[in-house]
Amino acid sequence: MSDALVRSLTPSVLGILVRRGADFAAAEDAVQDALIEAVRVWPAELPRDPKGWLVTVAWRRFLDATRADTARRRREDRVDEEPGPGPAPTVDDTLQLYFLCAHPSLTPSSAVALTLRAVGGLTTRQIAQAYLVPEATMAQRISRAKRTVSGVRFDKAGDVATVLRVFYLVFNEGYSGDVDLAAEAIRLTRQLAAVIDHPEVAGLLALMLLHHARRAARTAPDGSLVPLAEQDRGRWDTESIAEGVEILQAALARDRLGEYQAQAAVAALHADAPIAAETDWVQIVEWYDELARLTDSPVVRLNRAVAVGEADGPRAGLAALAALDDALPRHTAVAAYLHERDGDLATAARLYAEAAQKAPNLAERDHLTRQAARLNTRQRR
Amino acid sequence: MAKYLLLKHYRGAPAAVNDVPMAQWTPEEISAHVQYMQDFADRLEGTGEFVESQALAPEGTWVRYDGEGHPPVTDGPFAETKDVIAGWMVIDVDTHERAVELAGELSAAPGAGGKPIHEWLELRPFLTGAHTITE
Repeated sequence: MSDALVRSLTPSVLGILVRRGADFAAAEDAVQDALIEAVRVWPAELPRDPKGWLVTVAWRRFLDATRADTARRRREDRVDEEPGPGPAPTVDDTLQLYFLCAHPSLTPSSAVALTLRAVGGLTTRQIAQAYLVPEATMAQRISRAKRTVSGVRFDKAGDVATVLRVFYLVFNEGYSGDVDLAAEAIRLTRQLAAVIDHPEVAGLLALMLLHHARRAARTAPDGSLVPLAEQDRGRWDTESIAEGVEILQAALARDRLGEYQAQAAVAALHADAPIAAETDWVQIVEWYDELARLTDSPVVRLNRAVAVGEADGPRAGLAALAALDDALPRHTAVAAYLHERDGDLATAARLYAEAAQKAPNLAERDHLTRQAARLNTRQRR
Repeated sequence: MAKYLLLKHYRGAPAAVNDVPMAQWTPEEISAHVQYMQDFADRLEGTGEFVESQALAPEGTWVRYDGEGHPPVTDGPFAETKDVIAGWMVIDVDTHERAVELAGELSAAPGAGGKPIHEWLELRPFLTGAHTITE
């Protein structure tokens, strides 16, 4: 049984413990202990009922911890020694966990950390490594998050949008260290899609699959970014694309459009073009118009200007760009690109260099610097 | 989630409000300062925002490559060097506002007379990893 499969049982096991009366924070610690035990013991002998095994071990850990606590504090606890099977856990119990870990009272970083541990079943050390912070810091971030949500009632329905936002953040972080956060985000979103029927959950899953499909083509062997137009489309993962498109189509058919479905639709149109030149930019502009209506995000308006530049020519793109605040992140990079397309190489080179100075990440900065260098070299010849 | 560097200078930063060299503080004032820094780091660990903290010796050596077959050239310290880094702290916070708030608190570390130094700290964002979804 693979590590991911073990971890896929995390939310339902935790849901059972909470349903039996354990408080969330203590139950979460106990499940985490049980997972570590499973990883140690299962390779030698896989239990016939893995979930039952995890519940038994986690419950025992919970009781031990509670007893130790009780002894220390010298006060009674109301936990039953040997509970009956208890009420059967429902799908809703699992779902509540997702809501709890993404609760609006948590900061984004706390929600991400708590979700990865309590729903994803990752260890604190793995989460710390993925986000490049010390394990002690991550442990504190998680226990504070647990304290923050400790007063939240477990039976109150949450907003699925908050959960999706957390998954989106995890996916967008990409991958560093041992844990593949993009793959983890896909796994979690898939798991959520199995317990809730919601077109935006499907939309986000489709969006992730369509972007994940390009992963191999997105970076050159030297680690540099390869822009979409220059990617070797033969290296795109067609299986992932097919699955993403199918999920998206089913979601769109339900006629409850949301931002993730619209973003996925843009990604699907890119995936549909065998070569960059055959991209249906007119339709992409239409989807960005939908997105702008749904989100009012500056990133969307910037991306729309790029799409307009492709659909109606660079002048039209520059006109669309002129309507936007030039302090927006990547505004300069988009301007550079559109000026290059318009044939104004000197301005483009200057703007690429300027954009590189403002780039929020190393790969993008290097990419923009290379663009400036390419144009400057060409002009010197 | 973003990482920021809080950079502390021996030399090169604008003058602090309470600008008395450490050697002229009382031993108790130095202890209080060190304790404040330690407490600050501990508190940030407690809030899940601490990444690391390091102090540097004031004197260093300049080194550069000197061509094939030659050992590296060393030189310095250069008296005219304007900027001398004293140390840093790396934090991982949700917003730029939070980073500014924490830098402000660190700058309030007590100095001479037990009063805040009001020292200028340089706040620098880390370049992040590339995000997956950009279109």
